[in-house]
Amino acid sequence: MHKDFEISIEGLSKIEGHASLDVKVRKNKVEKVRLKISENKRFYTQAIRGKQFQTVPQLVSRICGTCSIAHLTCCTEAVEKALEIEPSQQTLLLRKLMMYGMMIRDHAMHLYLFCLPDIFGKDSVLDFDERQHELIHHAFEVKKAGNDLSKLIGGRAIHPPYAQIGQFLHLPDKNETKKVIEELKIVRSHIFELVRIFYDCPFFFRKRTRFVALTTPDFSFLEGIIKSSQGLIIPEKNYWEHLHRVIVPYSQAAGYEFEGKDFMVGALARMNLNREKLHRETKKDLAKYIRMFPSENIYHNNLAQAIEIMHCIDHSIEILENIDFKKEPKIDFKLKKGKGVGVIEAPRGTLYYAISLDKGGKILYGNLVIPTAQNQIKMENDIRTLVAQNLDKNKQFIRNEIEKLIRAYDPCMTCATHFLKVNWI
Amino acid sequence: MKLKVGLFSFTSDEGCSMIILELMNDNFFKWEKLIDFKYFKLLKSKGEIKDLDVAFVEGAISTFKEERRLKEIRKNSKKLVAIGSCAVNGSPSNQRNFFSEDTKREIKIILDEFGHKDKVSALNEIVKVDDNVPGCPMDENKFLEILNKYLKEFKVI
Repeated sequence: MHKDFEISIEGLSKIEGHASLDVKVRKNKVEKVRLKISENKRFYTQAIRGKQFQTVPQLVSRICGTCSIAHLTCCTEAVEKALEIEPSQQTLLLRKLMMYGMMIRDHAMHLYLFCLPDIFGKDSVLDFDERQHELIHHAFEVKKAGNDLSKLIGGRAIHPPYAQIGQFLHLPDKNETKKVIEELKIVRSHIFELVRIFYDCPFFFRKRTRFVALTTPDFSFLEGIIKSSQGLIIPEKNYWEHLHRVIVPYSQAAGYEFEGKDFMVGALARMNLNREKLHRETKKDLAKYIRMFPSENIYHNNLAQAIEIMHCIDHSIEILENIDFKKEPKIDFKLKKGKGVGVIEAPRGTLYYAISLDKGGKILYGNLVIPTAQNQIKMENDIRTLVAQNLDKNKQFIRNEIEKLIRAYDPCMTCATHFLKVNWI
Repeated sequence: MKLKVGLFSFTSDEGCSMIILELMNDNFFKWEKLIDFKYFKLLKSKGEIKDLDVAFVEGAISTFKEERRLKEIRKNSKKLVAIGSCAVNGSPSNQRNFFSEDTKREIKIILDEFGHKDKVSALNEIVKVDDNVPGCPMDENKFLEILNKYLKEFKVI
């Protein structure tokens, strides 16, 4: 029997805002898959032009609520490179801690609040019953620990005011530091169960995949070299040369190819390319689970995120227990014309900022590439494969599988949640 | 009886939604008894915009579609609260309103293609707003204060 059908998911909840999906099948062939990022443009690349460099990291922080710390940190790095500012070792450590706080909170939100309902066959964490209540407690305790860590370092978990170019305006309070260490130690025990759940999860989708990630010597997401699963090694400042911007006419965001092909960034890429650099305590306690990598099962992105939470906790505890943060002299620098590139690993993958300044410190030009845009083309191709593999199943089944797969990618924040309205045509 | 609440997000970074999720760290089990989240796209797929007591709305209004939707929310909610500076005064999501004519020309093709309005608006330029929670992200204590006020007003507590 020839099968013709269309799937149209309007308001695919959000991808850092909103997305929808159209699938068209004719005579048993997948004719069309369109993943439309309909998040309304807010024109940050245009808005930063002409602005004074000091104000820009805090402005781009407003691109994304959940990973504002990643945007702020990456843009700060780009400005520092443009002005040849070298932040102190202490500033870099504080940045790592602030990033760890965000990773813990952001991954916990995605795994506990967005993915667990799929595993338990529920629509929402709001529908969890008594049996799952303990996990809800864990969810909010882990999230809170990450939040408190970012607050301790940055003054706030979203758009943190203490983080500035070249320095932090405020050093962590000693008593608060003790409390955060205790909190991290308590929630560490919750992560074992979380890792186990995603290890046991039977969801499976495997395809040959090119992975790309910034690999850092201490798995801290900040400084290192970019590697691909094909063995390419790229300095941060050259990353753009390997990307190809693809205009997707039906989407408000452009997609990207790496070396002319679709690819994936994110926790799975980091785990595949850099897992030996995880914290020693994490490697010791989670050895069995880390052995699952390298993996091309997209659902292992979630297992990788759970392992990363443990790493962030372990490295944060080590830094907070051993480093005595001291007031440092203000960093001196001269304004000059120049260009700087910042690359970091945001929760959802490699984040790139290029900033060019005039001699008075005004932004001439800014360019940024976000993780979800890099994954966009592969997500669409994977959905095409998924639909083709399931043509014998009913539409409801196919729709659920698509939603689950997109969620496994964790495309920005709110996107990872459930989809709003589904229209069957 | 619980307070029937909807949470809605328009053009923004969704930082205020994040604040609500962070407030849940300490309030989830308390809110579970007091609030019926009728619409909360971040946490559930099944939602309807009907007979809401309070709609909390984040983000500014950039497209015609958003404008229609905001009016629909207003019609179906007894109270509407603007949360965060995008919703309260449009900023920073309204930065294109202040672009030079050259930059406006540069982005026009995108605006036309995706049904954007000429100008990005705060909520109160389009519908009646009953309360505001300012800040970027929104001030969480002010949010709790307003939530509490409505819990009392609707006799939930």
